[in-house]
Amino acid sequence: MKTDNTMPLEYKTEQSRLNIFGFWIFLGAEIMLFGTLFASYFTLEGRTGSGPTGAEIFEITPVLVETFLLLTSSFTIGLGVHAMRIANKKAMLAFFSITLILGLGFLGFEIFEFIHYVHEGAGLQASAFTSILLTTLGTHGAHVTFGLFWGLFIILQVKKRGLTPETANKSFIFSLYWHFLDVVWIFIFSFIYLKGMM
Amino acid sequence: MDFFDRFAIPHPSPIIYASMVAIGLTVIAIVAGLTYFKKWGYLWREWITTVDHKRIGIMYLLSALLMLFRGGVDALMMRAQTAVPENTLLEAQHYNEIFTTHGVVMIIFMAMAFIIALMNFVVPLQIGARDVAFPRLNNLSFWLYFMGAMLFNLSFVIGGSPSAGWTSYFPLAGNEFSESVGTNYYMLAIQISGIGTLMTGINFIATILKMRAPGMTLMKMPMFTWSALITNLIIVFAFPVLTVALAMGTMDRLFGSNFFTTSDGGMDMLWANLFWVWGHPEVYILILPAFGIYSEIIPTFARRNLYGYKSMVASMVLISLLSFFVWVHHFFTMGQGALVNSIFSISTMAIAVPTGIKIFNWLFTLWKGKIKITVPMLYSLGFLPIFTIGGVTGVMLGMSAADYQYHNTMFLVAHFHLVIIPGVVFAMIAGMTYWWPKMFGFMLNERIGKWTFWFIAGGTCLAFFPMFISGLDGQARRMYTYSEATGFGIWNMLSFIGALGLAAGFILIVYNVYYSTRYASRDIGDDPWDARSLEWATHNPVPEYNFAITPQVNSSEAFWDSKKNGHKLFKGPFKEIHMPNNSGMPFIMSILFFVLGFALVFSLWIVAIISLIGVFACLAHRSFEKDHGYHISVEEIEKTEAERGGAEHENR
Repeated sequence: MKTDNTMPLEYKTEQSRLNIFGFWIFLGAEIMLFGTLFASYFTLEGRTGSGPTGAEIFEITPVLVETFLLLTSSFTIGLGVHAMRIANKKAMLAFFSITLILGLGFLGFEIFEFIHYVHEGAGLQASAFTSILLTTLGTHGAHVTFGLFWGLFIILQVKKRGLTPETANKSFIFSLYWHFLDVVWIFIFSFIYLKGMM
Repeated sequence: MDFFDRFAIPHPSPIIYASMVAIGLTVIAIVAGLTYFKKWGYLWREWITTVDHKRIGIMYLLSALLMLFRGGVDALMMRAQTAVPENTLLEAQHYNEIFTTHGVVMIIFMAMAFIIALMNFVVPLQIGARDVAFPRLNNLSFWLYFMGAMLFNLSFVIGGSPSAGWTSYFPLAGNEFSESVGTNYYMLAIQISGIGTLMTGINFIATILKMRAPGMTLMKMPMFTWSALITNLIIVFAFPVLTVALAMGTMDRLFGSNFFTTSDGGMDMLWANLFWVWGHPEVYILILPAFGIYSEIIPTFARRNLYGYKSMVASMVLISLLSFFVWVHHFFTMGQGALVNSIFSISTMAIAVPTGIKIFNWLFTLWKGKIKITVPMLYSLGFLPIFTIGGVTGVMLGMSAADYQYHNTMFLVAHFHLVIIPGVVFAMIAGMTYWWPKMFGFMLNERIGKWTFWFIAGGTCLAFFPMFISGLDGQARRMYTYSEATGFGIWNMLSFIGALGLAAGFILIVYNVYYSTRYASRDIGDDPWDARSLEWATHNPVPEYNFAITPQVNSSEAFWDSKKNGHKLFKGPFKEIHMPNNSGMPFIMSILFFVLGFALVFSLWIVAIISLIGVFACLAHRSFEKDHGYHISVEEIEKTEAERGGAEHENR
């Protein structure tokens, strides 16, 4: 296997460079996916039928907590990748674990928020607005859930196998994914919650 | 017995019972045959689990041909039903199902599979690569496509086929008007297959951008590779839109959400918009690789360089951009207002400009060429005039004011068949014939091939030209019958005869494969067409590692240069080659996706949850798996090279 020692560990082999490049293309597809959801959201946001409007159901507190948790987790995974670059396995594992715990906290609040919506009569079936709201939030939440498992597997692998070109590559790609979810959340926060509450 | 009632066909007919029996017998025959000849192990090791792009390409090709016949039978039944006025061969519901499945099967499961088949086989060879960037993902792509196709076809015998048209417009496709599970099949089968296609897109972009042979800059790539690159870019940007639309449609039908309903704020036109935001780029996903194939075949048999390489690339890029800005022309009559219609009218007609540039470039390539009329060339030459007729009528349809006259008539049906058949189907048959010797080590018979061409080209013209006339006279599409007084009878009869001609052509293709397999010479060398690009520089049949030594490239026709101008393609000694391992996981995962899809179609929640967990278990397994592939030693390479072509690499 060809290795290039001038590159960081996660870029060392040809296959790992391909993996990272391929994942960027995948993120391009993900942008289209969320872009479609946002476009549909803007189309349907005023079509509340007999259900509630956004202003009636959105609450700022849980949303702010979620935002805080997810943005912090994006910072900690950045620290984790930095620790990986300077080959500090222990610090890396610690930061990755903190990231996942923050992600879990985010998910907990989001589930709480969903229960709240259903109690307010904003279930999936209530109106076109609630359908697209829950689908957009749910798609993001499902991505976070998937990421929690993925991140857990990576932590286990780094723990067992150490920092090799393969595990470093996986960790780096996971960090790209996690940052991406954060970017999507910023759009959700601005264009769904803030816009809806104004 | 209530539980089993859901699996019954809502509108049974003797044809459906007969096909149930036929499907059952075929499955038994395949299983018995494999067991008798002890081929299960071979099938599993060499094909089902393969990560070799050449074999995956061949599996795509076989599936595409299978689907071509499946969709072709639908077409024949439609033409037979409308051949005479007030025919009673099919009921209205059955006719609706058939035009729906014909469209879906031909676009999603035939044409897509056919272009991906040729991309898989040819692109890595053309760029001098060992395989695609993600070989195992490639295997997963194929099996997801295949399971999606099988799930869709299952609707025919279990639960009922979709009948809301291949566009599946809401509210018609909603629960209220489409009560059977048919539309569930539509949503889920296309979803599963679409995930596979998206992965193919990612895989090939990475392959083409990162794995080209040394010296092959972007502007020295063969034109088919260029077309594949742009096609895959369109796939990556268009398919997620379909993913979302299908997910919303599925939720509307299964979970009672209100995206496309007509109550509680739902918006049926949102489906039409999302569908065509994917659907129009999809048209170019199909046609651009076809353009790429013609750009390989025409220079080879006109024995000249491709005229206007740069303008060919620029026009493809322009087409791919414009393809995202024309979708509204599919529903000019649905009340957007004059301004919106005018904008989309202009962008639609603008696509004719880069397409026209390509047509002229091919004509200039032919100009003063020493043209050799082979079967692939015959299809290319037939494509030019027929496609132009189809394209020009497309510009007519693109004028929104005039479109109110043509909309939803047979004129439209004639238009899009006359671009898709010469554009895609001719190109696929031409490409298949052209690369057949590289795939299988022998050539298809030229004499039978030429007969086939005349049946197919003649059949196409006879089947679709009359629809222009009946369409202008007002015959609506998707109507299962019409009265004698309309006078449409004669035109529809001519169409039916044309469809029979096409059918004869496709049967001749099968006969040609059979005949050539038995009688064709295996001693054809590596380069039977005297062609120009790298795929012909390796042996016949292609070794699993493609090229023993990575080729050095200095122009867009590197192999031609090596033959005529003394360019040395292969330099240096043999080195050990690293290869990926085969894997059964993609197949198992795709089966789980199939079960998941089937369970969702029939709302079998427990099965659905179990299979979904299975899918995630496969992903987890992949995450923990250590797979470093294997190496082919220099001795093995030397042995293979000596067997397949002696020392010819040194001579080049």
